[in-house]
Amino acid sequence: MAEYPKDLLYHPEHDWARIEGDVATLGITWYAQDSLGEVVFFDLPAVGTQVRQGEGYAEVESVKAVSDVIAPLSGEIVEVNDALDGAPEKINEDPYGAGWMVKVRLSDPSERDALLDADAYAAQLD
Amino acid sequence: MVAAASETLRRTPLFDRHVAAGAKLVPFAGWEMPVQYAGVREEHLAVRSHAGVFDVSHMGEVETRGPDALAFLQRMLSNDVAVIPPGGAQYSVLCREDGGVLDDLFTYRLAEDRFLTVTNAANHAKDLAWLRAHADGFDVELVDRLDDYAMLAVQGPAARALLAPLADGPLPARFRTTELRVAGVEALVCGTGYTGEDGVELLCAPEDAGTIWDALLAAGVAPAGLAARDTLRLEACFHLYGNDLTEARGPIEAGLGWCCKEATGFVGAEAVAAVRAAGPTEKLVPFAFTGPGIPRQGNPVVGGGEVTSGTLSPCLGVGIGMAYVPAARAAVGTAIEIDVRGKLRPAVVKDKPLYRKDG
Repeated sequence: MAEYPKDLLYHPEHDWARIEGDVATLGITWYAQDSLGEVVFFDLPAVGTQVRQGEGYAEVESVKAVSDVIAPLSGEIVEVNDALDGAPEKINEDPYGAGWMVKVRLSDPSERDALLDADAYAAQLD
Repeated sequence: MVAAASETLRRTPLFDRHVAAGAKLVPFAGWEMPVQYAGVREEHLAVRSHAGVFDVSHMGEVETRGPDALAFLQRMLSNDVAVIPPGGAQYSVLCREDGGVLDDLFTYRLAEDRFLTVTNAANHAKDLAWLRAHADGFDVELVDRLDDYAMLAVQGPAARALLAPLADGPLPARFRTTELRVAGVEALVCGTGYTGEDGVELLCAPEDAGTIWDALLAAGVAPAGLAARDTLRLEACFHLYGNDLTEARGPIEAGLGWCCKEATGFVGAEAVAAVRAAGPTEKLVPFAFTGPGIPRQGNPVVGGGEVTSGTLSPCLGVGIGMAYVPAARAAVGTAIEIDVRGKLRPAVVKDKPLYRKDG
């Protein structure tokens, strides 16, 4: 069932960030993967790509729909989750763990102030 | 991503059962329909390997009866209606004068002078109006039976074996229909479907649909939603009206020349015959990706043409679809490229069907 870990920050477009120092791990929320349904394709972005807060950096596809994945924070992609290539269902099965998408070196750590905590994110889903 | 249900959407008699089964419900052609239950892939594979049941009660029915029923339908439908025996079924299209396709339809001959035609939900009112507008001079009665029938499609290699013990007589052969009691209630059982699997479709009174549905689920048939129905029909290369067929396209370019018998003089026959003689400028072809990606409706084909249906094939594990391409590039084996939101994805034109049971 729906789960929004307390240690993550959230973008209202249903993306999460786990900030560790100047690097953030990014993915989509339980709500996003549930709305999409079974994810069948995640086109990995390239390491080195610059992402900007609030803008799409990748696409995730279910059987029926394509959805942009929005960057909750700005920076440069330093790592991508290669395990999703061939196993995109991990995004459904474990959206905050094995279903992580990219790691980004943050260009403006203060952007985190614009994100929501778990309670605020869950509240705006209702 | 989740569309809110509107008050104006119609519900099938099985709505409460869909909710109870955990279905995700979405608006579809004015109806609130189950798009999936356990999951698209699981439902798809259940139909390919065992049996699934789809609630397709949103589909419409038009009954044509009277002394001129055959002559009238021969004038309206593209196929040779005269060859349908009583108790038989036939696929055809309904054309405008210019050959544009108004709908694709299954017609069941219930008796010598009584036919039941199944319409696509989004086209039902349009079809009925078109038929009525052409009925002058024919001694026929056209009856809107949309509210009189619920419709269930039971599909898959085990579908007949699971259904047979519930029926009070033998199930109809492919493209045949029979009136039977199923789970104790009356149903018109038809040896048709739209998944590429064996199976039957059942038409029954709306108040009886739940009885049949419950008996099928108890027999081990998996509930399956519209999303799986779409991936199944696309693997089988069956057309979806609104995607692969529109009024702007004719049956020849859509690859449906086989169900057009211009000698019967149907409305649109001259236009269809002209395209058949000259050859269409574009053709609808099935294709499969040779690399990653998923084609979607509206993706351009590089060099001309457009994808009309696309998905990830659950059975083949690659992106598949149908696209209109220039006739010169429609041959099986032709390499094409699809522009998927700016990324060019290599694909190859395939033969029908994209998925075949025996390899």
